[in-house]
Amino acid sequence: MIRRRHLLSSAAAWPLLGPLRSTHAAAVPAWPEVLARARGQTVYWNAWAGDEKTNAFIAWVGEQLKSQHGVVVQHVRLKDTAEAVTKVIAEKAAGRVDGGGVDLVWINGPNFLNMKQLGLLYGPVVQALPNARLIDTVRKRSNVIDFTTPVDGMAVPWRMAQVVFVYDSARIRAAELPRSAAALLEWARRNPGRLTHPNVSNFLGSTFLKQALIDLSPDPEVFQRAASDASFEAATAPLWAWYERLRPQLWRQGRQFPDNGPAQRQLLNDGEIDITISFNPAEAAVSVQAGLLPDTVRSFTFAKGTIGNTSFVAIPFNAAHKEGALVVANFLLEPASQARAQDIRQMGNRSVLDLDQLSAQQRRLFESLPAHPALPTASELGTPQLEPHASWMTRITAEWSRRTVR
Amino acid sequence: MRPPAAHPLLRLAPALTLAVFLLPVAAGLVGTLLPAFGWLPALGGDRLSLQPWQSLLDTPGLGSAVGLTLATGWSATVLSLGIAIGTVAALHHRPAGRRLGGWIAPVLAMPHSALAIGLAFVLLPSGWLVRGVSPWLTGWTLPPDVGTVGHASGWPLVLALVLKEVPYLVLMTLGALNQIPAENQVRAARALGYGPAQAWLAAVLPQVLAQVRLPVLAVLAFSLSVVDVAMILGPGNPPTLAVMVVRWLGDPDPRWLFPAAAAATLLLAMVIASLVAWRAVEVGLRAALVRWALRGRRQPGVAWVAAAASATGGFLGTLAAAAILSLALWSVATQWRWPAAWPAGFTADHWLRQAGSLSGPAGTTLALAVAATGLALLLVLACLENESQSRRRAPRSLALLYLPLLVPQVAFLFGLQVLLVRLQLDGRFGAVLWAHLVFVLPYLFLSLADAWRGYDERYTRSALALGASRWRVFWRIKLPILLPPVLISAAVGFAVSAGQYLPTLMAGAGRVATLTTEAVTLSSGADRRVIGTWAMLQAAFPLAVYGLAVGWPLGRRALRRWRR
Repeated sequence: MIRRRHLLSSAAAWPLLGPLRSTHAAAVPAWPEVLARARGQTVYWNAWAGDEKTNAFIAWVGEQLKSQHGVVVQHVRLKDTAEAVTKVIAEKAAGRVDGGGVDLVWINGPNFLNMKQLGLLYGPVVQALPNARLIDTVRKRSNVIDFTTPVDGMAVPWRMAQVVFVYDSARIRAAELPRSAAALLEWARRNPGRLTHPNVSNFLGSTFLKQALIDLSPDPEVFQRAASDASFEAATAPLWAWYERLRPQLWRQGRQFPDNGPAQRQLLNDGEIDITISFNPAEAAVSVQAGLLPDTVRSFTFAKGTIGNTSFVAIPFNAAHKEGALVVANFLLEPASQARAQDIRQMGNRSVLDLDQLSAQQRRLFESLPAHPALPTASELGTPQLEPHASWMTRITAEWSRRTVR
Repeated sequence: MRPPAAHPLLRLAPALTLAVFLLPVAAGLVGTLLPAFGWLPALGGDRLSLQPWQSLLDTPGLGSAVGLTLATGWSATVLSLGIAIGTVAALHHRPAGRRLGGWIAPVLAMPHSALAIGLAFVLLPSGWLVRGVSPWLTGWTLPPDVGTVGHASGWPLVLALVLKEVPYLVLMTLGALNQIPAENQVRAARALGYGPAQAWLAAVLPQVLAQVRLPVLAVLAFSLSVVDVAMILGPGNPPTLAVMVVRWLGDPDPRWLFPAAAAATLLLAMVIASLVAWRAVEVGLRAALVRWALRGRRQPGVAWVAAAASATGGFLGTLAAAAILSLALWSVATQWRWPAAWPAGFTADHWLRQAGSLSGPAGTTLALAVAATGLALLLVLACLENESQSRRRAPRSLALLYLPLLVPQVAFLFGLQVLLVRLQLDGRFGAVLWAHLVFVLPYLFLSLADAWRGYDERYTRSALALGASRWRVFWRIKLPILLPPVLISAAVGFAVSAGQYLPTLMAGAGRVATLTTEAVTLSSGADRRVIGTWAMLQAAFPLAVYGLAVGWPLGRRALRRWRR
């Protein structure tokens, strides 16, 4: 009985699994107290580790936080963000309501939806951060609405992404670039075996299909609502018709796919394919800088535009070092951190901040970033298209498996 | 006469050793079997049902995954055994045969995943092999669009497994030869006019087959359930059953845990059935060999077949060397693009830039391997010493020691993870150490037992008669005599620990990073130059330790001779 009462009293962190529960308000202490408690904590930041540039950035964040706030950042290198979600679920299954092993997760899309719905997140936290006022919530809508799910302050934006296609200008002339899904199919027919996409179980692979879906659909509005059996079948019919014709023209006749974005980039560098999809507009510039792709690579987008979204960091409900995690999240929003993230010698990610909110000195950090011929301009990128509701991604992944895995 | 009693502490050793690994294996198996039948109250599974099996059966590609698992596992085992036997048959009477052990040990010490990562680059259509002959010979200005790594048939996976298992089986076969009067039998057969290879195959092999049964079963079980190599080289759509389980365990939707548990159980059943089937194959093979010997035909062609097998073994060795060399080259390459056969330039940049990230996992790898090997050595020595002091063979229950080598890792590690989380032990160094111990113990025991049992007890008796205490005899006489095999088996233990992927990942809850877990994570697509540094260091550790183990006694002997 005593145990039960104890659990109920800390019920903010004890929603049951299974039924959908709204998130729980959990008070974040005042910032000076957060800083004081954070000192000496080790934050286990669970982040996908397939990209060396991001890993190096996380390592830099760790060095800065160690010296500035006495917070140690331990990068838990994931192959898939879902690993961290599973870990929190397993801890919850074992009844561990505090002292959990995951302090911070790099997250968005279905993983975020899942954790938010299951009440696995601590928060709301965004407004407790001193740097929250710098976030652009007006022009960069994906900072507050993730894959149509309201973020509700349960996750802190830290980097922006937008779909681009990367190609080698030494092999494809600019006039021949396929600027729509239909044109991409035509291009693949003329160049069999020279196009692929990451495995659809990877977020970038499903993004390839989502991008085609939006481009092929006469009414992309439908994707802003959760998919039902009927709406899914009707709305994705053009996609599957397109894909059935495309697949035999793909690399390895569409029977094999690279595991993820970097593996796909390696294929471009190895000369096995000519076009890759990327979620980072600076992918080409960053990769040239890092010697990962030839100097001649450039990027292009679809004429109708491409999907954009935001990456967040979130804190699990049972994180052992919440204060340290909050300090990390706030540090990621520092103008200097954001400018470093946007530097093509680092990650090249567009900032989540509203530059108008910055001081002149802070703005200069962004204005003085190096340019690169492979970096697309803002007008080339256009306004990002909205991510479909996360249910579309889940269903597309399942349907793709059903159709292609024998 | 009553057999002398061993020291009471020593008498506890077998029971303690059994407890160390039986506990996690048994608890883990139960923790996997229950959710396979719907029982996992924390996730809403509060009554037994067949629902997990229904979801499993509804999975697209399940049939292919099962077929792929059986095909790759069995072909890897049969090919490895065939090549290993052929190699020994062809070389047993030559000086090269005696040096074989030294040649193959480095490959044995290499972690599976490092070898697989290197092999991937060698085999790709845009990889090293093709670059070596393109475009000047092949005319390919672009890499051919043919599948190698990740091919649906899984042949690169089989190749990598064969690469690692042939040396192991050769070593085990050579060890088995010491248990039987092989040389006399071969000499007798040769006197009857058989060639050396046929003499060995007809007279010795039927007995050797029984001696290497356990290693072959371990190879079979491992090949059917391997995860890291299958992730790096195996197909993805669908993957092998073991990889499927690991993928599902990583799914954000917790309901996948149920079919994952069912799939792990299915894999367990497949492995058990395969082990039983191997017994039948072995019986059939032996009968065939005996019939062949009785027919008494002298077949010079046999020598050619054996020579071909040993040549294949040599080719595999070259391939392994190329795989490791390619890792080394990538780790210092500035650029290395198709179709260049060599990097454009060399730099130490990647090592310098990675040094900071490498040092932590490298330290953890070292600490885990040293601690696991130390503990395992202590337990194994205690068990063996108990055996020799009480002058009794080990209790039969100690055979259970090999259980972790025969049960698929995924089948009990998931259950173990749930248990560790419940005990709040997951992610702790100690938990990972324990998981490593489960695998280090049997390999260490396997590699030390024969040498220990072969020790001539008369040394001990003479020393005891001269008034030395048991401890003194152990430290001053027995251990120094047996030092070379002890060091070698410690090196084996170190290599086993350093190469563990899944146990580290699951017991460590992803928070205990070793060179192996990081290298496998990176292998899914990171910069090859970075992968090169991680995989090189991963391979270098066990190799260095193996070198030390071999070199130390030699060096000491040389030093002593020089002093004289």
